[in-house]
Amino acid sequence: MTDAPFKFNADNKALTKTVIAKYPKGRQASAVLPLLDLAQRQNDGWLSRAAMDHVAEVLDMAPVRVYEVATFYSMFNLKPVGKHHVQVCTTTPCWLRGSDGVLDACKKKLGVEPGETTADGKFTLSEAECLAACVNAPMVQIGDDYFEDLDAESVTKVLDDLAAGKTPTPGPQVKRQTSAPVSGAKTLVKGA
Amino acid sequence: MPTLTIDGIEVTVEPGTTVMQACEQIGIEIPRFCYHDRLEVAGNCRMCLVEMERSPKPIASCAMPAADGQVITTNSPQVKKDRHGVMEFLLINHPLDCPICDQGGECDLQDQAMAYGDDRSRYSEHKRAVTDKNLGPLISTHMTRCIHCTRCVRFITDVAGVAELGAMGRGEHTEIGTFVEQALTSELSGNIIDVCPVGALNSKPYAYSARSWELEHTESVDVHDAVGSNIRVDARGNEVKRVLPRLHEDINEEWISDKTRFANDGLRLGRLDTPYVRGKDGKLAPANWDDALDVVADRLKAAGGDKIAAIAGDMACAESMMVLKDLFDGLGSPNIDCRQDGAALGDGARAGYLFNTTIAGIEEAEVCLLVGTNPRWEAPLINARLRKRYLQGGFKVYSVGPELDLTFPVENLGAGPETLAAMADHKAAKELAKASKGMIIVGQGALARSDGAAVLAAARTIAEDWGWVSDDWNGFNVLHTAAARVAGLDLGLTPGKGGRDVAGIKAGAASGDIEVVYLLGADEIDRGDLGDAFVIYQGHHGDAGAQGADVILPGAAYTEKDATWVNTEGRVQLGRRAVFPSGEAREDWAIVRALSGVMGTPLPYDNLDALRARMEKAAPHFADVDAVPNAKWGAFGKAGKMDKAAFQSPIDDFYMTDAICRASETMAKCSLEILGSGEQATGTDG
Repeated sequence: MTDAPFKFNADNKALTKTVIAKYPKGRQASAVLPLLDLAQRQNDGWLSRAAMDHVAEVLDMAPVRVYEVATFYSMFNLKPVGKHHVQVCTTTPCWLRGSDGVLDACKKKLGVEPGETTADGKFTLSEAECLAACVNAPMVQIGDDYFEDLDAESVTKVLDDLAAGKTPTPGPQVKRQTSAPVSGAKTLVKGA
Repeated sequence: MPTLTIDGIEVTVEPGTTVMQACEQIGIEIPRFCYHDRLEVAGNCRMCLVEMERSPKPIASCAMPAADGQVITTNSPQVKKDRHGVMEFLLINHPLDCPICDQGGECDLQDQAMAYGDDRSRYSEHKRAVTDKNLGPLISTHMTRCIHCTRCVRFITDVAGVAELGAMGRGEHTEIGTFVEQALTSELSGNIIDVCPVGALNSKPYAYSARSWELEHTESVDVHDAVGSNIRVDARGNEVKRVLPRLHEDINEEWISDKTRFANDGLRLGRLDTPYVRGKDGKLAPANWDDALDVVADRLKAAGGDKIAAIAGDMACAESMMVLKDLFDGLGSPNIDCRQDGAALGDGARAGYLFNTTIAGIEEAEVCLLVGTNPRWEAPLINARLRKRYLQGGFKVYSVGPELDLTFPVENLGAGPETLAAMADHKAAKELAKASKGMIIVGQGALARSDGAAVLAAARTIAEDWGWVSDDWNGFNVLHTAAARVAGLDLGLTPGKGGRDVAGIKAGAASGDIEVVYLLGADEIDRGDLGDAFVIYQGHHGDAGAQGADVILPGAAYTEKDATWVNTEGRVQLGRRAVFPSGEAREDWAIVRALSGVMGTPLPYDNLDALRARMEKAAPHFADVDAVPNAKWGAFGKAGKMDKAAFQSPIDDFYMTDAICRASETMAKCSLEILGSGEQATGTDG
């Protein structure tokens, strides 16, 4: 693991001030989650020890308190990740709706096992616990976006698009408005 | 005050009491793992569940404040079932390797599993295993045994004040550790072994060397610093296996420093176990007691009167110092001193060399001014008490002397006497003078110098000017580093009329005016300073003092004699013998007493009781064991010109301060791995 020195860049430094200002004076440690997120975004999607130490310094916390938080949340990556972090939900509702097939398709498409990064550094595949989109199961989270109502075919297409540098549309990958019924509106229908 | 009913018994408790504490007050035992009465409440082990009326779920009694009208049940079938269930969960991942665990026999989990658990396991799945952590040379870890009570995390963060431990990960993947591998840097780190309710954190030096039920316990007093921590010495056969803290609310609470706890291997290494006499060939040769005492007696008699001198060391017991003083008085020598470092203490009122506020009194103080002292190294438990006071809020600490990291904020006002002299005009003076219960702590770093008496006087003036000395509060404190020092000063081991102090003895020895020097465990005296004088060393370790001696009389270490110690507060405490001195070594007072017999002037006491009666005559407070003296304020110190040199703490290496720790392998490892002191070339490393 490389541990390059880390410091917030000018933009993020300004942002940290805004975030810290949301909390009462002397309670700046409350800003640890947003600051870790900021640091992770600046640091190519993962938190190095240097990044965590920098957050600790900015917030005047003991470094170990920051490590505790960073290791607690699965949203923080403590190892380098690819450009696109593909997190496949395999918790019960998604599993019942076919997450095994989605995961297999990802493995096949990317050629890596969960926890691994592709050789070109573009994709990291991982399994995630429930991401709270059960109504659109099965789903994956890639970066900040949720791709929902997937099957092997649609998830492969999403990955293809990403690999080609395109921006696939997040949300349901079937014809459906957010989490409304698949078979069309059932209420507030004209003439019903 | 809330009144609640527990198991049908009505009890009224102080506001702020928890349900668990209320139960304890009426003698109902509540099992617990994470709760510790000196740490913050965590409420995560769930072992202390009890039933509360109108609560749909059982409550964690350690975290629930007692309230008016509560009805608590601790003995219902439901509570029994709850405890069973919690215990079953706690044991799911616990390896149950009690037969090979050092904690076995003194383990909270073992005991409570017996009392509240099931007699068999229903769990047949895989147990998790956790990688052991490296926490340095003192603490061995078996993290698979950990039940995540977080007592160690809370102790290290709150009491020790170095946030280095944490709970990493979550759920089944939770692990206690430092994340980045490092040795814990606290001087109190060993206490996490005691607070750990299971065998996850154990003593590394003691690992697998005895079972708890094989050990003989002796209640005694520590002598590695001047705090006088109460300890329990655990021995098997004639070897001290470990040292544990003993509860004393007014001194060490239930903690001890790592030096107190782990230096005990020094007690079996480098010992003097037979008398030695330097022969004609210039080499020390083993001798028997009769010959050795004859040589000493002849030399003392031949030189006589003011040509002989005695220096008492930092770990000498009050008994041996008393006998030594009586012997030298009898021989007509005023050249006696117990201040190896030359600290300007002992002239004037007793209050002038005591920690008058008392250690427990720190909790009432409003401000504290440290002068030439680093309490974290000189007296870790006093530092812990200062930190405790700091955490209660409304307490500021200032220092004159070196920059300090005491685990709490300290405002440095200056480096040396100049700041002290101009204290009244300092910008911080206003704040300090405002406090009615202020305290000033003067360390040996400010006193063991040529202008020590003037520094002492200046400190006294400050305390008086700011009104920190009154009938019900005495804020003037001297922090000693030597366990023997206060007793030595009490018993008058300072130069008599026309006598020489340590500097004078050295000068006299160098010029030939002093012919014989008697070192009673004085290991901080450089043999080179004693010229051609004939040196008698009485002590327990072949340390600096014994190196250049002409006669060596082997004495007893603090665990090997019934002896009296007076701590920096002036509190008289009794140490007890846990094991016998090694080989031919004898108790120190008896050696000097025997010498007086050989010289034909036997001192008038044949046993410890008679000697202690003599001590009480010399200093009546020796009769009041464990009492804190309310020492009368009086004149001490000598106003004068102070140097410019900055104050320095007398300790450069916390783990290497006396003959026992210098002999200890554990302390050497600490010095190397925690302080990194081994990185400097020693000149003998090739």
